[in-house]
Amino acid sequence: MAAFETPPLGEYPVIPLVREGAMAHSKPFVAKPEHQQGLGFPGELVPDWENVAVTKLGQLVSQSRGLQVFLDACVKCGACTDKCHYYLGTSDPKNMPVARQDLLRSVYRRYYTFAGKFFPWLVGARNMTKSVLDEWYSYFHQCSQCRRCAVFCPYGIDTAEVSMAARDIMDSVGVGQKYSNEIIGKVHKIGNNLGLPERALRNTLDGLEEDVKEETGVDVKFPLDVKGAEVLLITPSADFFAEPHIDGLIGYAKVFHAAGISWTLSSHASEAANFSLFIGNHDNLQKVAGRIRDAALDLGVRRVVVGECGHAWRVAYSFWNTLIGPFDFLDPRYPAPQHICELTYDLIQRGVLTFDKSANDDKVVTFHDSCNVSRGSRMGDAPGGQFRIPREIIRACVNNFVDMAPETIGEATFCCGGGGGLLTDDLVELRVKGALPRMQALQQVVQEHGVNYMAAICAICKSQFTKVLPYYKHPMDMIGSVHGLVSKAIVLKPGN
Amino acid sequence: MSTLTVLYAVLFYFAFVMLVGGTGYKCWVYARTPQPLKIPIPPAPTTRAGVVLRMLIEVTLFRALFRSNKWIWLFGWIFHVALLAVLLRHLRYFTEPVWGWVALIQPIGLYAGFALLAGLAGLWARRFLVDRVRYISAPSDHLMLALLVAIAASGLAMKYVAHTDIVSLKAFFLGLMVFDWRELPADPVLLLHLALVAILMIVFPLSKLLHAPAVFFSPSLNQVDDAREKRHAAGWSTQIIRVDRTRGA
Repeated sequence: MAAFETPPLGEYPVIPLVREGAMAHSKPFVAKPEHQQGLGFPGELVPDWENVAVTKLGQLVSQSRGLQVFLDACVKCGACTDKCHYYLGTSDPKNMPVARQDLLRSVYRRYYTFAGKFFPWLVGARNMTKSVLDEWYSYFHQCSQCRRCAVFCPYGIDTAEVSMAARDIMDSVGVGQKYSNEIIGKVHKIGNNLGLPERALRNTLDGLEEDVKEETGVDVKFPLDVKGAEVLLITPSADFFAEPHIDGLIGYAKVFHAAGISWTLSSHASEAANFSLFIGNHDNLQKVAGRIRDAALDLGVRRVVVGECGHAWRVAYSFWNTLIGPFDFLDPRYPAPQHICELTYDLIQRGVLTFDKSANDDKVVTFHDSCNVSRGSRMGDAPGGQFRIPREIIRACVNNFVDMAPETIGEATFCCGGGGGLLTDDLVELRVKGALPRMQALQQVVQEHGVNYMAAICAICKSQFTKVLPYYKHPMDMIGSVHGLVSKAIVLKPGN
Repeated sequence: MSTLTVLYAVLFYFAFVMLVGGTGYKCWVYARTPQPLKIPIPPAPTTRAGVVLRMLIEVTLFRALFRSNKWIWLFGWIFHVALLAVLLRHLRYFTEPVWGWVALIQPIGLYAGFALLAGLAGLWARRFLVDRVRYISAPSDHLMLALLVAIAASGLAMKYVAHTDIVSLKAFFLGLMVFDWRELPADPVLLLHLALVAILMIVFPLSKLLHAPAVFFSPSLNQVDDAREKRHAAGWSTQIIRVDRTRGA
């Protein structure tokens, strides 16, 4: 990959002028046949792929009202053109949401609309050709499916749905993305993104028990495959080994310990992440989610709780009931599934947990709203709970908390730049540039309030920031888990 | 009966069928296409009543657009409200006797004609002046604005420059509606205005003008945020067959 320059942080955020082709060179590694076949996709570009792709497009449109409406309704008003972090960071006009949609919309129009069939030049309709496919591969892998554009679109046109459809079509003709497809294959085979087998997982958890015991003197357990436990915790596998994710896992364990809730992890479903969402393939989406229902039934648990993972929470909150529900075998007094933040917040409300906030006094904390939590899900009973609840937890654990600029958080939050299946080293340039808007907002609170810690509740955000913070002259350990803060401040009594 | 009258009578029947039939067909396609998963976009209401309110605010005040870009909102909102006022004003050519409230809003409709042009001018200027919007504009986007500007301009011309025989025109349309054809005045400005309006009606279901009905079918806007409370299934997600295993038994 060619060297690139980290975009400079100005005093104010700037909407860049269009620079055509600025990111045309960016594309992730293509999946090898062995990565494709485990997912039910052809190993390489199929014969007559143009027709296969166009037929698949027609099928997808007829199966999704969203896609159908989104492809028809756009009036090219331009409201979304300055909303995508990848456009703001790269200036490539094909990273404007409407232009990205048009890569696919142009083909849809050519084959499925009157205007595109008879007046293609008038409405910008295009034949499905190899150069169109190459363009799709490049630019539909420059979308993190964060849905920020959809919040600002007067018709709610969701570029994530379009980019998922495009990736599904590309997979169906044999052109997949190595990163996502290799990982999904591991989940099918072993049960988690890392390919971590049961024994390795058990060793890791035993090691954590020893570490926590050493640090706190308390026997905090990290149970695996315990039948009859009350809670099954489904968490991203990054929580088992990556920094700063692991501090979050320790935080969950301490919360369960302090509240006296029996819990367990599952070696069969040792992964919350479901990358099938990113490739827009519902067979794989359902198959990956299915492991969790199996595990919950096998272990006989009464609650399912999901750890800090953005897209996993979207899949769990928005799709699990459809894909693997109904959850009539779980305790109806709790939401199914429940987010770990909902669980912790509920315990705080009921006065079950005790905190020593001064343990976090070395930090001035801000919170990065993760896109899939913010715009693909909710927490609690009322709209906006996904913004309020994590902040309430942080405030319960730290003395110094400030929010970043309002237009960069909440519903309007900027993606970390690494979501949607783009968290791979072959896309580092894109990831660094896509992080620009978040880095800009962070820079402001660093300068004005001395912020030195950014908390998040998403495994991808945590890994992405660990990688890109140094490009913007911040220390990589500035990013941390919300439950890492909980872990530091929570007061454990050896007795319980 | 002049050839011109026959031509325009047939044109308007065709345009009406396209507008109502074509748009109705597209609505039927939208309505029957399933949305297999829940994908509401925040701020997503948690009740059906909340969704109705949200949609009402979106289609009357353009809330998302307001948050997004004040200039597009300003020009777009002025254009749409003015268009509504102008359309309502035109009801007097299709009703006899003219409804009271239609008579009452006639002066508003007049100002609205100019507001309509101003809104369109603003929207069109953006397609040239803002480089991002210039990049995404296709020929059809310019043509659509040109069509609307020409309709508004020819309409205003008949009010302020060269009056047309409005009594005969009204007779023509009232006649069309009951299949009793009357002579259409052969006034060039009027003929231009009517031809352009017919084109607009014809392209409505074939173009981005579909955004008007489509917005109501947009799942990101019209879904209730209640995925955990109510199991959602539609299309392929109703076909999910689950066989729960019993392991270790």
